[in-house]
Amino acid sequence: MSEEVLSAPHIMEFPYTRSTGPVVGAFLTGLRDQKVLGYQASDGRVMCPPPEFDAGTNAPVDAAGLVEVGAEGVVTSWSWNPVPRDGNPFDRPFAWALVKLDGADSSILHALDADRGAISTGMRVKVRWAEERVGFINDIACFEPA
Amino acid sequence: MRDVAIVSFAQHSQRREDSRNEIEILLPVIRDALAPIGLKTQDMGFTVSGSTDYLAGQAFAFVSALDAVGPWPPISESHVEMDGAFALYEAWVRLQHGDIDTALVYSFGKSSPGDVGRVLALQLEPYLLGPLWPDAVSLAALQARALLDSGKATEKDFARVVARSRRNARSNPFAQLQGDVDEAALLEEPLYADPFRLHDLPPVTDGAACIILAAGDRARELSDNPVWIKGIDHRIDLQAPGSRDLTVSPSTKLAAEKVGIPADVDLAEIHAPFSSQELILIEALGLDESKTAINPSGGALAANAVMVAGLQRFGEAFNRIQAGDGKNAVVHATGGPCLQQNLVAVLEAGK
Amino acid sequence: MSEPITGITTPIRMEYRYTPGTATSLFLRAMKEGRFEGRRCPSCQKVYFPPRGGCSMCGVEFAESVPLKNTGTIATYTVVNVNFANRTVDLPYVVAEVKFDGADVTTSLLLKGVGVDEVRQGMRVEAKWIPEDEWDFSLANISHVEALDEPDAPLESYKDAI
Ligand SMILES: [Zn+2]
Repeated sequence: MSEEVLSAPHIMEFPYTRSTGPVVGAFLTGLRDQKVLGYQASDGRVMCPPPEFDAGTNAPVDAAGLVEVGAEGVVTSWSWNPVPRDGNPFDRPFAWALVKLDGADSSILHALDADRGAISTGMRVKVRWAEERVGFINDIACFEPA
Repeated sequence: MRDVAIVSFAQHSQRREDSRNEIEILLPVIRDALAPIGLKTQDMGFTVSGSTDYLAGQAFAFVSALDAVGPWPPISESHVEMDGAFALYEAWVRLQHGDIDTALVYSFGKSSPGDVGRVLALQLEPYLLGPLWPDAVSLAALQARALLDSGKATEKDFARVVARSRRNARSNPFAQLQGDVDEAALLEEPLYADPFRLHDLPPVTDGAACIILAAGDRARELSDNPVWIKGIDHRIDLQAPGSRDLTVSPSTKLAAEKVGIPADVDLAEIHAPFSSQELILIEALGLDESKTAINPSGGALAANAVMVAGLQRFGEAFNRIQAGDGKNAVVHATGGPCLQQNLVAVLEAGK
Repeated sequence: MSEPITGITTPIRMEYRYTPGTATSLFLRAMKEGRFEGRRCPSCQKVYFPPRGGCSMCGVEFAESVPLKNTGTIATYTVVNVNFANRTVDLPYVVAEVKFDGADVTTSLLLKGVGVDEVRQGMRVEAKWIPEDEWDFSLANISHVEALDEPDAPLESYKDAI
């Protein structure tokens, strides 16, 4: 067919509202108060962010028993995002990092504000807190070199 | 267990389907799958599809896509919001009930209308991961870095996987990326989503696939050379990428153990959209590359119609066994971030 | 504030470049030119308007285009008493499923000029177009339907479209 294909912009938006449940709620409440919480699992490992169920026993996690971990840690893996997207922590190319916070045995994903050439696995980083914190994952603005 | 075989397969994929919508892409694919066995949709005991509405932003697209099978008079059908390979698993389970003998499985996906990397962020846990909008490439790149850091693989291994895919894809008319490429030249290309180079990523593909299953004697009636599903299983790992060892795929390994992969398996069709993932999966499946032909179709690095590429692995293995390229095959399909969910099956020629 | 967090909002926004497909594109091009154009199924001969991918009963692509008239029959309808977002029509109003003459399926359109107590199945109606200089590749070129001064159509003529 020689005719040009018809096309039109199509934008889909959903304003989802979610209940956090006790564990995610406690974690986000902690972020608002500049504390990072983890869960000491049945195998002894401290998981941060905390899961809602223990992967070993399938038992529900008791939010009251969450433990505070450090706001500093090490990069366990990182990647470069050359195409920032709407909703990303930065609107320029930036790094994603998995960070094992001090006292935790699992890693949390967030953006890392550092030059690409200065990033390496194992580097020490710390939480940069958002100035205005509301109980959301973006209360951690990003990680930055410690 | 009832013996279940693949008796027919059809597919289509290409870079960008501008002029046809999903139904129009599916119609000839379903017709091509039904034609060789001389059956109609209404002859099928069960119909099941795999797709995701977010790809093209059409709510309930899976319902309108049913038009493509001509579901009148009403048929027994189902849908999974996953790759069509997982729909095939549902069809296999349904056939185990014993009251029906045939099932039609299809899947479709148009990735071109949107930003597929962003669409796949919608499958993430929506409280702590989703709001950051990490795209599928960035997450797979974190996994690739972990693999490099572990010392289990090098960038040269990534390039070797890409070169093999391009080379094998030369015989695949539905591949988008094919040709003779030099591994050393690949490594000279700049880093893109560091540690990935652009060629470590799959292409953006629109496509559809259809497979017809039949049980026992019905399969023998419908086909002179049915390809039997000797085992099929799927397993899942923890959802949070930071809670897993990303350099291994325990769920693939467990599914492979349940299925029982023959030591002399001739070929493997592995659903690895990123070069690094193929290496993780070869290890988890326990394959020996010197004995087993890996992704003779070129795999998902050559054509990656999201929601279709896993079902295509079944079809590609079926085609090659029917063509006599091998007596048996391992098929793998994946879903979720960083190989979270994994399905493994063994196919075998036989009467 | 120190209240514990119990809920969050996680809005999503996705942008696409939508392409309607072969059959729907032909329909939309005809709408732009002020014509109703349906598509016939080569298997069961039913005429779809608007057409999408293929015949949903037979599972085959459409074959030929079929010009349709501007008139039709209300196969069924609903009276709307609660408005939804961005809709500015005065309540209550009638949404009619109109089977245009020559088509075998119905199209949802606003009915105007008929009281909610007067609307009935079988009522004959005519499509009213927006001004020609505003025509686009859109079904929205039809602003609404109005009743025709004709006897009602017999049930037989539209029952298969319900
Ligand atoms: Zn028809």
